[in-house]
Amino acid sequence: MQYSTPASGIADMSATPALAITYKVPKKRRPVAAFITRQPLGAMGLAIILVMIFAAISANWIAPYDPLAVDYGNLLAKPSSGHWLGTDSYGRDVLTRVIYGARTALAVGFLSSLLGSMLGAVIGVASAYFGGKIDLVIQRLMDVILSFPIIVLALAMAAILGKNIVFGIDVNLIIAIATPMVPAVARVVRSSALAIRELPYIDAARTAGFSHLRIIFRHIIPNVMAPFLIMLTAFVGQAILLEASLSFLGLGVTEPTPAWGLMLTGAAADFYQQAPWMIVFPGLAISLAVFAFNLFGDSLRDWLDPKIKI
Amino acid sequence: MLHVFFRRLIVLRHIANRVLLVIPTLLGVALLVFFMLRMMPGDVVEVMFRGEGGNVPQEVVEAEKARLGLDKPIPVQFAKWITGVVQGDFGYSLWTGKPIAHEIGIRLELSVQVAIMATILAVLIALPLGTLSALYKDTWIDQVIRVISIAGLAVPSFWLGMIIILLLLAVFHWNPPLIFTSFFEDPMANLSQLIWPALAVGYRYSSVVTRMMRSTLLEVLQEDYIRTARAKGVFERLVVVRHAMRNAMLPVVTVTGLEFAFLIGGLVVTEQVFNLNGIGKLFVESVSRADNTMLQALVLLVSVCYILVNLAVDLLYAILDPRIRYR
Repeated sequence: MQYSTPASGIADMSATPALAITYKVPKKRRPVAAFITRQPLGAMGLAIILVMIFAAISANWIAPYDPLAVDYGNLLAKPSSGHWLGTDSYGRDVLTRVIYGARTALAVGFLSSLLGSMLGAVIGVASAYFGGKIDLVIQRLMDVILSFPIIVLALAMAAILGKNIVFGIDVNLIIAIATPMVPAVARVVRSSALAIRELPYIDAARTAGFSHLRIIFRHIIPNVMAPFLIMLTAFVGQAILLEASLSFLGLGVTEPTPAWGLMLTGAAADFYQQAPWMIVFPGLAISLAVFAFNLFGDSLRDWLDPKIKI
Repeated sequence: MLHVFFRRLIVLRHIANRVLLVIPTLLGVALLVFFMLRMMPGDVVEVMFRGEGGNVPQEVVEAEKARLGLDKPIPVQFAKWITGVVQGDFGYSLWTGKPIAHEIGIRLELSVQVAIMATILAVLIALPLGTLSALYKDTWIDQVIRVISIAGLAVPSFWLGMIIILLLLAVFHWNPPLIFTSFFEDPMANLSQLIWPALAVGYRYSSVVTRMMRSTLLEVLQEDYIRTARAKGVFERLVVVRHAMRNAMLPVVTVTGLEFAFLIGGLVVTEQVFNLNGIGKLFVESVSRADNTMLQALVLLVSVCYILVNLAVDLLYAILDPRIRYR
């Protein structure tokens, strides 16, 4: 029988006595160094991600201007030593807004893919663990959600939910972006959990009289972490792209919050020729961010479990 | 001969099963679409009268709701809607008051044409690139093609569209025309207008196909029959084209189904950029107008297309690949 078990050491586990529940997976000695040498492209992606995270956190200190400061003396100014990437139609500094935009993109990207993959993982594991009718019903429901093209579902969700801003972040936007990810994660996690469910230590836990919840959260979920992490990183890029698209269409982040997708809409489209910098740089930022997360996600998959199809 | 007959029977049974499985999914989609859009805030009647500044008497609002059938219980509304949909009657747009089938019909040609052009363009770009990348694995040719195709997954199609317009303006001083000319009136004008949005939408698609083509071709080139063909002294070009590429085409077909969702997404945003009055633009406009009936028709239409495309891909796979076993 072929197990598609993600974490290393699980195959050995079946050989250990069934009651060895506190088995520890032996750690690789220097995983980060090994990752960088074996997956140089992934390491590059990781480096770009780290730079972005740094920019997002320290935006208050490194950005040269206030992202909301309107300067009517400097409308549509060309890139110069004062404004490296020029200014927009309100005279706001484009570089500053690109840096602050990283904050919006990362916050929405991380939160929505975290929400989507966590929901998906719980649903997938529950579906695999309980099996039978529950599995059938959940899978049919996931099929239905999967039959909506991602952006159509996200747009419809954004339209239905409206806005609900908590701590400067639109919670409903995050839910709208997370929803299309749930079935995809659920499907991958379910297939991993199906293999794990058959392993002897699950039987042992059941024999020991543990509750379903304990078995799911303590025994199955830790062992589907690899596909979970892979899906999570892969979806951050998707989520950033989706947030940019929704903001571009006017259904995501709203003015005056600096967000890359939002910077491309409205006035940017009216001044193609006068101020090309208004559309070039925010778009580059989106592409670079998604590119970095894709590179990192791909390498992480090769590193942890090459068999998983995203 | 008998085993061929049985094989056909089994494939036929698989096809029948697969087709039957689509029906509950379609019904589920219809239910979900209907109830999702009933939960939308911002009643359409309110949106319609917003221009009057809230000075509309209550009776007028009630009369308008009754005229649109919004005062009936929700199950009744659903039953009425679904029987209409099955007969091709989607009801009336809450915004323009015209039949939805008509509103969609006049915009469908444009969107379908861009989608088809994007697909053709993507495959035309991807097949040679993917093949080259696999044949020259790990050389600079391969590296360049791989970077191009990884970038394709990251660049948002609406931004690519803007950059294309920017380049057209700056280099050729050519302004994309504002009025759509049908392919049947003036094919040249039509193609020169729509090739750019098709390119913006198709870039992502071509990247996915390139990557798929490269990896499958690399796999196929390891097969025994390729070595046999080479040992027989078949020209390398024939080995690649006839033996390898043909067998690497199947996954490309699969990608078509998987990528359809992104094609639609690309259309939705790209039509905004190029100011094309297609289904995508109608969709976004309907969202901002809270035009529920139009939205539910569009979401249903797009999802049904998506389901059917994936069904077609599955069936094509069953027919094309004799190696697949069905139980």
